[in-house]
Amino acid sequence: MPKPFLTRLVPWAVTLGFFVLWELACWGFRVDRFILPRPSEIAVSIIKHYPAILLNSWQTLYTTLVGFALAVGFGLCLGLLIGALPAVYAGLYPILVGLNSIPKVAVVPVLVIWFGIGTVPAIITAFVISFFPIMVNVATGLATIEPELRDVLRSLGASRLQILWRVGMPSAMPYFFASLKVAVTLAFIGSIVAETVASDRGIGYLMIAASARFDVPLVFAGLLVIALMGVIMYEVFSYIDRRVTFWAIRGNEMIS
Amino acid sequence: MKMQAQSQDSTPFVQLRNASLAYGGEGQQLLAVDDISMSIEQGEFIAIVGPSGCGKSSLLKLVSGLHPALKGEVIVDGKAVTSPISICGMAFQNSTLLPWRTTLDNVLLPLQIVQPFAGNFRRHRREYVEKARHLLASVGLLEFEKKYPWELSGGMQQRASLCRALIHDPRVLLLDEPFGALDAFTREDLWEVLQTLWVEKRPTVVLVTHDLREAAYLADTIYVCSPRPGKIVSRNEMHFPRPRSLETTFEPDFVDTVQLLREKIARH
Repeated sequence: MPKPFLTRLVPWAVTLGFFVLWELACWGFRVDRFILPRPSEIAVSIIKHYPAILLNSWQTLYTTLVGFALAVGFGLCLGLLIGALPAVYAGLYPILVGLNSIPKVAVVPVLVIWFGIGTVPAIITAFVISFFPIMVNVATGLATIEPELRDVLRSLGASRLQILWRVGMPSAMPYFFASLKVAVTLAFIGSIVAETVASDRGIGYLMIAASARFDVPLVFAGLLVIALMGVIMYEVFSYIDRRVTFWAIRGNEMIS
Repeated sequence: MKMQAQSQDSTPFVQLRNASLAYGGEGQQLLAVDDISMSIEQGEFIAIVGPSGCGKSSLLKLVSGLHPALKGEVIVDGKAVTSPISICGMAFQNSTLLPWRTTLDNVLLPLQIVQPFAGNFRRHRREYVEKARHLLASVGLLEFEKKYPWELSGGMQQRASLCRALIHDPRVLLLDEPFGALDAFTREDLWEVLQTLWVEKRPTVVLVTHDLREAAYLADTIYVCSPRPGKIVSRNEMHFPRPRSLETTFEPDFVDTVQLLREKIARH
Protein backbone atom coordinates (compact mmCIF):
# COMPACT_ATOMS: atom_id res chain seq x y z
CA MET A 1 0.00 0.00 0.00
CA PRO A 2 1.70 3.27 -1.05
CA LYS A 3 1.85 5.86 1.66
CA PRO A 4 0.12 9.17 0.96
CA PHE A 5 2.31 11.85 -0.55
CA LEU A 6 2.28 13.97 2.59
CA THR A 7 3.52 11.12 4.79
CA ARG A 8 6.42 10.52 2.46
CA LEU A 9 7.24 14.23 2.44
CA VAL A 10 7.36 14.59 6.22
CA PRO A 11 10.83 13.03 6.87
CA TRP A 12 12.42 15.25 4.22
CA ALA A 13 10.67 18.36 5.48
CA VAL A 14 11.61 17.71 9.10
CA THR A 15 15.26 17.02 8.21
CA LEU A 16 15.46 20.14 6.10
CA GLY A 17 13.76 22.13 8.87
CA PHE A 18 16.33 20.84 11.35
CA PHE A 19 19.23 22.20 9.29
CA VAL A 20 17.47 25.49 8.62
CA LEU A 21 16.85 25.91 12.34
CA TRP A 22 20.49 25.07 13.06
CA GLU A 23 21.67 27.63 10.51
CA LEU A 24 19.37 30.32 11.90
CA ALA A 25 20.28 29.58 15.51
CA CYS A 26 24.03 29.82 14.82
CA TRP A 27 23.47 32.99 12.91
CA GLY A 28 21.06 34.52 15.43
CA PHE A 29 23.08 33.71 18.57
CA ARG A 30 26.36 34.49 16.80
CA VAL A 31 27.83 31.09 17.64
CA ASP A 32 31.53 30.85 16.89
CA ARG A 33 32.37 28.43 14.07
CA PHE A 34 34.96 26.82 16.38
CA ILE A 35 32.16 25.89 18.74
CA LEU A 36 29.41 24.94 16.33
CA PRO A 37 29.79 25.59 12.62
CA ARG A 38 26.75 26.43 10.55
CA PRO A 39 25.43 23.77 8.12
CA SER A 40 26.41 26.01 5.21
CA GLU A 41 30.00 26.12 6.49
CA ILE A 42 29.95 22.33 6.87
CA ALA A 43 28.70 22.01 3.31
CA VAL A 44 31.51 24.23 2.07
CA SER A 45 33.99 22.08 4.00
CA ILE A 46 32.57 18.92 2.48
CA ILE A 47 32.98 20.32 -1.01
CA LYS A 48 36.48 21.55 -0.27
CA HIS A 49 37.69 18.26 1.23
CA TYR A 50 35.64 16.11 -1.11
CA PRO A 51 38.38 13.64 -2.20
CA ALA A 52 39.66 13.02 1.35
CA ILE A 53 36.15 12.55 2.72
CA LEU A 54 35.23 10.13 -0.03
CA LEU A 55 38.38 8.08 0.42
CA ASN A 56 37.99 7.86 4.18
CA SER A 57 34.25 7.17 3.93
CA TRP A 58 34.96 4.15 1.78
CA GLN A 59 37.44 2.91 4.35
CA THR A 60 34.92 3.31 7.17
CA LEU A 61 32.12 1.76 5.14
CA TYR A 62 34.39 -1.15 4.27
CA THR A 63 35.53 -1.91 7.83
CA THR A 64 31.99 -1.46 9.13
CA LEU A 65 30.40 -3.80 6.62
CA VAL A 66 33.07 -6.48 6.95
CA GLY A 67 32.73 -6.39 10.75
CA PHE A 68 28.97 -6.35 10.44
CA ALA A 69 28.95 -9.30 8.04
CA LEU A 70 31.04 -11.30 10.51
CA ALA A 71 28.61 -10.31 13.27
CA VAL A 72 25.64 -11.46 11.20
CA GLY A 73 27.25 -14.83 10.51
CA PHE A 74 28.40 -15.51 14.04
CA GLY A 75 25.36 -13.90 15.66
CA LEU A 76 22.95 -15.99 13.63
CA CYS A 77 24.78 -19.26 14.26
CA LEU A 78 25.36 -18.72 17.94
CA GLY A 79 21.85 -17.31 18.42
CA LEU A 80 20.34 -20.42 16.88
CA LEU A 81 22.61 -22.59 18.97
CA ILE A 82 21.85 -21.00 22.33
CA GLY A 83 18.17 -20.59 21.43
CA ALA A 84 17.80 -24.26 20.51
CA LEU A 85 19.99 -25.80 23.20
CA PRO A 86 19.42 -24.49 26.74
CA ALA A 87 22.60 -26.21 27.92
CA VAL A 88 24.74 -24.17 25.52
CA TYR A 89 22.94 -21.04 26.65
CA ALA A 90 23.54 -21.81 30.32
CA GLY A 91 27.18 -22.53 29.61
CA LEU A 92 28.02 -19.49 27.49
CA TYR A 93 25.76 -16.94 29.16
CA PRO A 94 28.23 -15.58 31.77
CA ILE A 95 31.06 -15.23 29.28
CA LEU A 96 28.90 -13.59 26.64
CA VAL A 97 27.36 -11.08 29.02
CA GLY A 98 30.78 -10.39 30.50
CA LEU A 99 32.32 -9.76 27.09
CA ASN A 100 29.45 -7.53 26.08
CA SER A 101 29.82 -5.46 29.25
CA ILE A 102 33.40 -4.48 28.40
CA PRO A 103 33.49 -1.00 26.83
CA LYS A 104 34.72 -1.51 23.31
CA VAL A 105 37.02 1.54 23.49
CA ALA A 106 39.00 -0.35 26.10
CA VAL A 107 39.57 -3.25 23.73
CA VAL A 108 41.00 -1.21 20.87
CA PRO A 109 44.50 -0.73 22.40
CA VAL A 110 44.73 -4.49 22.89
CA LEU A 111 43.72 -5.05 19.27
CA VAL A 112 46.38 -2.58 18.17
CA ILE A 113 49.02 -4.57 20.07
CA TRP A 114 47.82 -7.72 18.32
CA PHE A 115 47.13 -6.48 14.83
CA GLY A 116 48.80 -3.10 14.53
CA ILE A 117 47.19 0.20 13.59
CA GLY A 118 44.69 0.26 10.73
CA THR A 119 41.94 -1.81 9.22
CA VAL A 120 41.86 -4.98 11.31
CA PRO A 121 41.14 -3.42 14.74
CA ALA A 122 38.30 -1.40 13.18
CA ILE A 123 36.74 -4.50 11.65
CA ILE A 124 37.01 -6.42 14.91
CA THR A 125 35.57 -3.59 16.97
CA ALA A 126 32.64 -3.26 14.56
CA PHE A 127 32.16 -7.01 14.85
CA VAL A 128 32.19 -7.31 18.64
CA ILE A 129 29.88 -4.35 19.15
CA SER A 130 27.22 -5.48 16.67
CA PHE A 131 27.40 -9.21 17.32
CA PHE A 132 25.62 -9.29 20.66
CA PRO A 133 22.20 -7.79 19.74
CA ILE A 134 21.96 -10.07 16.70
CA MET A 135 22.66 -13.17 18.76
CA VAL A 136 20.28 -12.20 21.55
CA ASN A 137 17.47 -11.40 19.12
CA VAL A 138 17.81 -14.66 17.22
CA ALA A 139 17.76 -16.62 20.48
CA THR A 140 14.72 -14.65 21.67
CA GLY A 141 12.95 -15.30 18.37
CA LEU A 142 13.44 -19.02 18.81
CA ALA A 143 11.96 -18.85 22.30
CA THR A 144 8.72 -17.38 20.96
CA ILE A 145 7.49 -20.60 19.31
CA GLU A 146 4.04 -21.41 20.63
CA PRO A 147 4.05 -24.57 22.76
CA GLU A 148 0.98 -25.86 20.88
CA LEU A 149 2.78 -25.47 17.58
CA ARG A 150 5.70 -27.41 18.98
CA ASP A 151 3.22 -30.10 20.06
CA VAL A 152 1.69 -30.27 16.59
CA LEU A 153 5.11 -30.86 15.06
CA ARG A 154 6.29 -33.26 17.74
CA SER A 155 3.11 -35.31 17.44
CA LEU A 156 3.90 -35.66 13.74
CA GLY A 157 7.22 -37.16 14.72
CA ALA A 158 9.33 -34.10 13.85
CA SER A 159 12.88 -34.08 15.14
CA ARG A 160 14.35 -31.12 17.01
CA LEU A 161 16.24 -30.17 13.87
CA GLN A 162 13.07 -30.30 11.79
CA ILE A 163 11.23 -28.10 14.28
CA LEU A 164 14.15 -25.66 14.21
CA TRP A 165 14.20 -25.60 10.43
CA ARG A 166 10.46 -25.47 9.71
CA VAL A 167 9.32 -23.30 12.59
CA GLY A 168 12.18 -21.96 14.70
CA MET A 169 14.20 -20.28 11.97
CA PRO A 170 11.28 -18.61 10.19
CA SER A 171 9.73 -17.36 13.42
CA ALA A 172 13.08 -15.93 14.51
CA MET A 173 13.49 -14.01 11.25
CA PRO A 174 11.54 -10.87 12.25
CA TYR A 175 13.70 -10.62 15.38
CA PHE A 176 16.81 -11.22 13.33
CA PHE A 177 16.04 -8.52 10.79
CA ALA A 178 14.94 -6.07 13.47
CA SER A 179 18.31 -6.59 15.13
CA LEU A 180 20.17 -5.97 11.86
CA LYS A 181 18.82 -2.43 11.68
CA VAL A 182 20.15 -1.70 15.15
CA ALA A 183 23.34 -3.70 14.71
CA VAL A 184 24.45 -1.97 11.51
CA THR A 185 24.36 1.43 13.22
CA LEU A 186 26.25 -0.07 16.15
CA ALA A 187 28.86 -1.42 13.74
CA PHE A 188 29.50 2.16 12.58
CA ILE A 189 30.09 3.18 16.19
CA GLY A 190 32.54 0.31 16.55
CA SER A 191 34.62 1.03 13.48
CA ILE A 192 34.70 4.78 14.12
CA VAL A 193 35.72 4.32 17.76
CA ALA A 194 38.60 2.16 16.58
CA GLU A 195 39.57 4.66 13.88
CA THR A 196 39.47 7.48 16.38
CA VAL A 197 41.68 5.69 18.88
CA ALA A 198 44.13 4.02 16.57
CA SER A 199 44.10 4.30 12.83
CA ASP A 200 45.58 6.17 9.92
CA ARG A 201 42.49 5.87 7.76
CA GLY A 202 38.73 6.29 7.91
CA ILE A 203 36.27 8.99 8.90
CA GLY A 204 37.19 8.61 12.57
CA TYR A 205 40.81 9.32 11.76
CA LEU A 206 39.81 12.23 9.51
CA MET A 207 37.89 13.82 12.37
CA ILE A 208 40.71 13.38 14.87
CA ALA A 209 43.16 14.86 12.40
CA ALA A 210 40.81 17.75 11.65
CA SER A 211 40.20 18.56 15.30
CA ALA A 212 43.96 18.61 15.89
CA ARG A 213 44.06 21.39 13.32
CA PHE A 214 40.99 23.08 14.87
CA ASP A 215 39.20 22.55 11.56
CA VAL A 216 35.83 22.21 13.32
CA PRO A 217 33.73 22.40 10.12
CA LEU A 218 35.58 19.36 8.80
CA VAL A 219 34.98 17.52 12.09
CA PHE A 220 31.28 18.18 11.65
CA ALA A 221 31.51 17.19 8.01
CA GLY A 222 32.79 13.82 9.23
CA LEU A 223 29.92 13.53 11.72
CA LEU A 224 27.43 14.33 9.00
CA VAL A 225 28.88 11.73 6.66
CA ILE A 226 28.73 9.08 9.41
CA ALA A 227 25.12 9.97 10.15
CA LEU A 228 24.26 9.78 6.47
CA MET A 229 25.88 6.36 6.05
CA GLY A 230 24.05 5.17 9.16
CA VAL A 231 20.70 6.36 7.83
CA ILE A 232 21.29 4.74 4.43
CA MET A 233 22.31 1.41 5.95
CA TYR A 234 19.37 1.48 8.34
CA GLU A 235 17.03 2.09 5.41
CA VAL A 236 18.61 -0.72 3.39
CA PHE A 237 18.04 -3.26 6.16
CA SER A 238 14.65 -1.83 6.95
CA TYR A 239 13.70 -2.43 3.32
CA ILE A 240 15.03 -5.99 3.36
CA ASP A 241 13.21 -6.58 6.65
CA ARG A 242 9.90 -5.43 5.19
CA ARG A 243 10.32 -7.61 2.12
CA VAL A 244 11.39 -10.77 3.88
CA THR A 245 9.24 -10.71 7.02
CA PHE A 246 6.16 -9.03 5.59
CA TRP A 247 4.03 -11.57 7.42
CA ALA A 248 5.16 -10.32 10.82
CA ILE A 249 4.32 -6.70 10.07
CA ARG A 250 0.87 -7.44 8.60
CA GLY A 251 -1.09 -4.32 7.87
CA ASN A 252 0.61 -2.25 10.52
CA GLU A 253 2.69 0.42 8.84
CA MET A 254 3.54 2.20 12.07
CA ILE A 255 6.39 -0.19 12.88
CA SER A 256 7.91 -0.24 9.44
CA MET B 1 -25.95 -44.85 31.59
CA LYS B 2 -22.85 -45.11 33.74
CA MET B 3 -20.90 -48.16 32.80
CA GLN B 4 -17.38 -49.45 32.67
CA ALA B 5 -15.78 -49.20 29.25
CA GLN B 6 -15.62 -52.69 27.92
CA SER B 7 -14.13 -53.91 24.68
CA GLN B 8 -16.82 -55.48 22.58
CA ASP B 9 -16.24 -57.71 19.59
CA SER B 10 -12.98 -56.10 18.39
CA THR B 11 -10.01 -54.90 20.40
CA PRO B 12 -10.24 -51.16 21.02
CA PHE B 13 -8.03 -48.89 18.93
CA VAL B 14 -7.07 -46.56 21.77
CA GLN B 15 -6.86 -47.88 25.28
CA LEU B 16 -5.93 -46.21 28.53
CA ARG B 17 -5.38 -48.53 31.45
CA ASN B 18 -5.24 -46.87 34.88
CA ALA B 19 -3.19 -44.10 33.30
CA SER B 20 -1.99 -41.16 35.38
CA LEU B 21 -0.07 -38.10 34.28
CA ALA B 22 1.81 -35.60 36.41
CA TYR B 23 3.69 -32.39 35.69
CA GLY B 24 6.72 -31.14 37.55
CA GLY B 25 9.80 -32.88 38.80
CA GLU B 26 10.45 -35.28 41.65
CA GLY B 27 8.94 -34.39 45.00
CA GLN B 28 6.53 -31.69 43.86
CA GLN B 29 4.59 -33.49 41.21
CA LEU B 30 1.21 -32.13 40.31
CA LEU B 31 -1.19 -34.85 39.33
CA ALA B 32 -3.18 -33.72 36.28
CA VAL B 33 -5.13 -36.89 35.52
CA ASP B 34 -5.43 -39.88 37.77
CA ASP B 35 -6.24 -43.50 37.16
CA ILE B 36 -7.97 -43.08 33.81
CA SER B 37 -9.26 -46.11 32.00
CA MET B 38 -11.09 -45.89 28.70
CA SER B 39 -11.39 -47.77 25.47
CA ILE B 40 -12.03 -46.10 22.15
CA GLU B 41 -13.06 -48.13 19.13
CA GLN B 42 -11.51 -47.49 15.75
CA GLY B 43 -13.43 -44.74 14.02
CA GLU B 44 -15.27 -43.75 17.19
CA PHE B 45 -15.81 -40.11 17.99
CA ILE B 46 -15.46 -39.43 21.68
CA ALA B 47 -15.68 -36.20 23.60
CA ILE B 48 -14.21 -35.40 26.99
CA VAL B 49 -16.05 -32.75 28.95
CA GLY B 50 -15.51 -31.37 32.40
CA PRO B 51 -14.78 -28.25 34.41
CA SER B 52 -11.77 -26.20 33.40
CA GLY B 53 -8.49 -27.41 34.81
CA CYS B 54 -9.60 -31.00 35.03
CA GLY B 55 -6.74 -32.27 32.95
CA LYS B 56 -8.68 -32.72 29.72
CA SER B 57 -5.79 -31.50 27.64
CA SER B 58 -3.41 -33.75 29.56
CA LEU B 59 -5.43 -36.69 28.36
CA LEU B 60 -4.62 -35.70 24.79
CA LYS B 61 -0.94 -35.50 25.68
CA LEU B 62 -1.17 -39.06 26.96
CA VAL B 63 -2.83 -40.39 23.82
CA SER B 64 -0.51 -38.51 21.45
CA GLY B 65 2.53 -39.65 23.37
CA LEU B 66 3.70 -36.08 23.90
CA HIS B 67 3.82 -36.68 27.64
CA PRO B 68 4.54 -40.11 29.12
CA ALA B 69 2.18 -41.70 31.62
CA LEU B 70 3.35 -41.63 35.22
CA LYS B 71 1.51 -44.84 35.99
CA GLY B 72 -0.55 -47.20 33.90
CA GLU B 73 -0.53 -47.78 30.19
CA VAL B 74 -1.60 -46.11 26.98
CA ILE B 75 -2.06 -48.37 23.99
CA VAL B 76 -2.79 -47.14 20.47
CA ASP B 77 -3.25 -49.56 17.59
CA GLY B 78 -1.99 -52.46 19.68
CA LYS B 79 1.28 -50.74 20.64
CA ALA B 80 2.21 -49.18 23.96
CA VAL B 81 2.73 -45.43 23.54
CA THR B 82 6.10 -44.25 24.78
CA SER B 83 6.95 -41.44 22.38
CA PRO B 84 4.96 -39.22 20.00
CA ILE B 85 2.89 -41.34 17.61
CA SER B 86 2.99 -39.92 14.12
CA ILE B 87 -0.39 -41.39 13.16
CA CYS B 88 -2.22 -38.55 14.90
CA GLY B 89 -3.35 -35.12 13.84
CA MET B 90 -3.89 -32.30 16.31
CA ALA B 91 -5.81 -29.04 16.38
CA PHE B 92 -6.05 -26.51 19.18
CA GLN B 93 -8.16 -23.55 20.22
CA ASN B 94 -5.44 -21.39 18.73
CA SER B 95 -5.12 -22.33 15.07
CA THR B 96 -1.26 -22.34 15.30
CA LEU B 97 -0.91 -21.81 11.57
CA LEU B 98 2.46 -20.55 10.40
CA PRO B 99 2.09 -16.89 9.42
CA TRP B 100 4.79 -17.05 6.75
CA ARG B 101 3.06 -19.85 4.86
CA THR B 102 -0.01 -19.54 2.70
CA THR B 103 -3.08 -21.52 3.69
CA LEU B 104 -2.20 -24.20 1.16
CA ASP B 105 1.40 -24.46 2.37
CA ASN B 106 0.21 -24.63 5.95
CA VAL B 107 -1.99 -27.59 5.12
CA LEU B 108 0.96 -29.26 3.38
CA LEU B 109 3.23 -28.95 6.43
CA PRO B 110 2.56 -32.43 7.91
CA LEU B 111 3.40 -34.03 4.58
CA GLN B 112 6.85 -32.45 4.79
CA ILE B 113 7.41 -34.08 8.17
CA VAL B 114 5.53 -37.36 8.39
CA GLN B 115 6.99 -40.40 6.65
CA PRO B 116 6.51 -41.76 4.04
CA PHE B 117 5.23 -38.46 2.60
CA ALA B 118 8.25 -36.37 3.64
CA GLY B 119 10.69 -38.67 1.85
CA ASN B 120 9.02 -38.25 -1.53
CA PHE B 121 7.52 -34.80 -1.05
CA ARG B 122 9.34 -33.24 -3.98
CA ARG B 123 8.49 -36.02 -6.38
CA HIS B 124 4.84 -36.21 -5.39
CA ARG B 125 4.37 -32.52 -4.71
CA ARG B 126 1.73 -32.08 -7.41
CA GLU B 127 -0.29 -34.99 -6.10
CA TYR B 128 -0.04 -33.71 -2.51
CA VAL B 129 -1.07 -30.22 -3.54
CA GLU B 130 -4.14 -31.70 -5.22
CA LYS B 131 -4.92 -33.63 -2.04
CA ALA B 132 -4.60 -30.46 0.05
CA ARG B 133 -6.73 -28.47 -2.36
CA HIS B 134 -9.37 -31.18 -2.27
CA LEU B 135 -9.42 -30.99 1.51
CA LEU B 136 -9.58 -27.19 1.46
CA ALA B 137 -12.44 -27.37 -1.00
CA SER B 138 -14.36 -29.70 1.30
CA VAL B 139 -14.26 -27.09 4.08
CA GLY B 140 -15.01 -24.24 1.67
CA LEU B 141 -11.57 -22.64 1.72
CA LEU B 142 -10.34 -23.32 -1.79
CA GLU B 143 -10.52 -19.71 -2.89
CA PHE B 144 -8.35 -18.73 0.08
CA GLU B 145 -5.54 -21.19 -0.61
CA LYS B 146 -3.12 -18.40 -1.57
CA LYS B 147 -4.02 -16.21 1.41
CA TYR B 148 -1.93 -16.01 4.55
CA PRO B 149 -3.48 -17.11 7.86
CA TRP B 150 -3.63 -13.55 9.17
CA GLU B 151 -5.77 -12.63 6.19
CA LEU B 152 -8.39 -15.20 7.25
CA SER B 153 -11.15 -14.91 9.83
CA GLY B 154 -10.98 -16.98 13.02
CA GLY B 155 -13.41 -19.55 11.65
CA MET B 156 -11.47 -19.91 8.40
CA GLN B 157 -8.24 -20.34 10.36
CA GLN B 158 -9.81 -23.20 12.31
CA ARG B 159 -11.02 -24.81 9.08
CA ALA B 160 -7.46 -24.62 7.74
CA SER B 161 -6.17 -25.99 11.02
CA LEU B 162 -8.53 -28.98 10.71
CA CYS B 163 -7.29 -29.56 7.17
CA ARG B 164 -3.72 -29.51 8.40
CA ALA B 165 -4.62 -32.03 11.11
CA LEU B 166 -6.16 -34.36 8.53
CA ILE B 167 -3.92 -34.05 5.46
CA HIS B 168 -1.72 -37.02 6.31
CA ASP B 169 -4.77 -39.23 6.89
CA PRO B 170 -4.09 -39.70 10.60
CA ARG B 171 -5.85 -42.58 12.27
CA VAL B 172 -6.35 -40.53 15.43
CA LEU B 173 -7.53 -36.94 15.46
CA LEU B 174 -6.95 -35.07 18.72
CA LEU B 175 -8.87 -31.84 19.15
CA ASP B 176 -8.27 -29.53 22.10
CA GLU B 177 -11.21 -27.11 22.29
CA PRO B 178 -10.79 -26.34 18.59
CA PHE B 179 -13.81 -24.06 18.42
CA GLY B 180 -13.46 -22.49 21.88
CA ALA B 181 -12.50 -19.04 20.64
CA LEU B 182 -15.15 -18.75 17.92
CA ASP B 183 -18.52 -17.03 18.00
CA ALA B 184 -21.62 -19.23 18.32
CA PHE B 185 -22.63 -19.12 14.66
CA THR B 186 -19.17 -19.95 13.33
CA ARG B 187 -18.81 -22.69 15.92
CA GLU B 188 -22.04 -24.38 14.84
CA ASP B 189 -20.96 -24.16 11.20
CA LEU B 190 -17.75 -25.90 12.10
CA TRP B 191 -19.53 -28.69 13.97
CA GLU B 192 -21.08 -29.57 10.66
CA VAL B 193 -17.75 -29.27 8.82
CA LEU B 194 -16.07 -31.54 11.34
CA GLN B 195 -18.87 -34.08 11.24
CA THR B 196 -18.65 -34.23 7.45
CA LEU B 197 -14.89 -34.66 7.51
CA TRP B 198 -15.21 -37.39 10.11
CA VAL B 199 -17.86 -39.28 8.16
CA GLU B 200 -15.70 -39.08 5.05
CA LYS B 201 -12.40 -40.15 6.59
CA ARG B 202 -13.52 -41.92 9.74
CA PRO B 203 -10.51 -41.27 11.98
CA THR B 204 -10.78 -42.03 15.67
CA VAL B 205 -11.49 -38.66 17.26
CA VAL B 206 -10.84 -37.44 20.79
CA LEU B 207 -12.44 -34.04 21.27
CA VAL B 208 -11.80 -32.05 24.41
CA THR B 209 -14.38 -29.35 24.99
CA HIS B 210 -16.37 -27.61 27.67
CA ASP B 211 -19.27 -26.98 25.36
CA LEU B 212 -21.76 -29.73 26.20
CA ARG B 213 -23.92 -29.09 23.15
CA GLU B 214 -20.84 -29.41 20.98
CA ALA B 215 -19.95 -32.71 22.63
CA ALA B 216 -23.48 -34.07 22.28
CA TYR B 217 -23.73 -32.95 18.66
CA LEU B 218 -20.45 -34.49 17.55
CA ALA B 219 -19.60 -37.45 19.73
CA ASP B 220 -20.63 -41.10 19.89
CA THR B 221 -19.49 -41.28 23.48
CA ILE B 222 -19.01 -38.54 26.04
CA TYR B 223 -16.74 -38.95 29.04
CA VAL B 224 -17.29 -36.63 31.96
CA CYS B 225 -14.18 -35.62 33.88
CA SER B 226 -13.97 -34.60 37.56
CA PRO B 227 -11.94 -31.59 38.74
CA ARG B 228 -8.19 -31.96 39.25
CA PRO B 229 -6.81 -34.51 39.39
CA GLY B 230 -9.06 -35.53 36.53
CA LYS B 231 -10.87 -38.84 36.73
CA ILE B 232 -13.54 -40.23 34.46
CA VAL B 233 -16.80 -40.04 36.39
CA SER B 234 -19.24 -41.12 33.73
CA ARG B 235 -19.48 -42.50 30.24
CA ASN B 236 -22.45 -41.52 28.12
CA GLU B 237 -23.38 -42.87 24.72
CA MET B 238 -25.10 -40.56 22.27
CA HIS B 239 -27.55 -42.33 20.05
CA PHE B 240 -28.83 -39.43 17.97
CA PRO B 241 -28.98 -40.53 14.33
CA ARG B 242 -26.36 -39.19 11.93
CA PRO B 243 -25.84 -36.99 10.15
CA ARG B 244 -26.84 -34.68 12.94
CA SER B 245 -27.90 -31.17 12.09
CA LEU B 246 -28.49 -28.00 13.99
CA GLU B 247 -32.16 -29.00 14.23
CA THR B 248 -31.08 -32.06 16.22
CA THR B 249 -29.84 -29.78 18.96
CA PHE B 250 -33.33 -28.37 19.52
CA GLU B 251 -35.05 -31.72 19.91
CA PRO B 252 -36.27 -32.42 23.46
CA ASP B 253 -34.20 -35.59 23.68
CA PHE B 254 -31.01 -33.67 22.87
CA VAL B 255 -31.83 -30.84 25.26
CA ASP B 256 -32.51 -33.35 28.05
CA THR B 257 -29.22 -35.14 27.42
CA VAL B 258 -27.28 -31.90 27.59
CA GLN B 259 -29.09 -31.01 30.81
CA LEU B 260 -28.21 -34.41 32.28
CA LEU B 261 -24.54 -33.95 31.39
CA ARG B 262 -24.57 -30.54 33.00
CA GLU B 263 -25.91 -32.04 36.23
CA LYS B 264 -23.23 -34.72 36.21
CA ILE B 265 -20.52 -32.11 35.97
CA ALA B 266 -22.09 -29.92 38.62
CA ARG B 267 -22.26 -32.82 41.05
CA HIS B 268 -18.48 -33.18 41.20
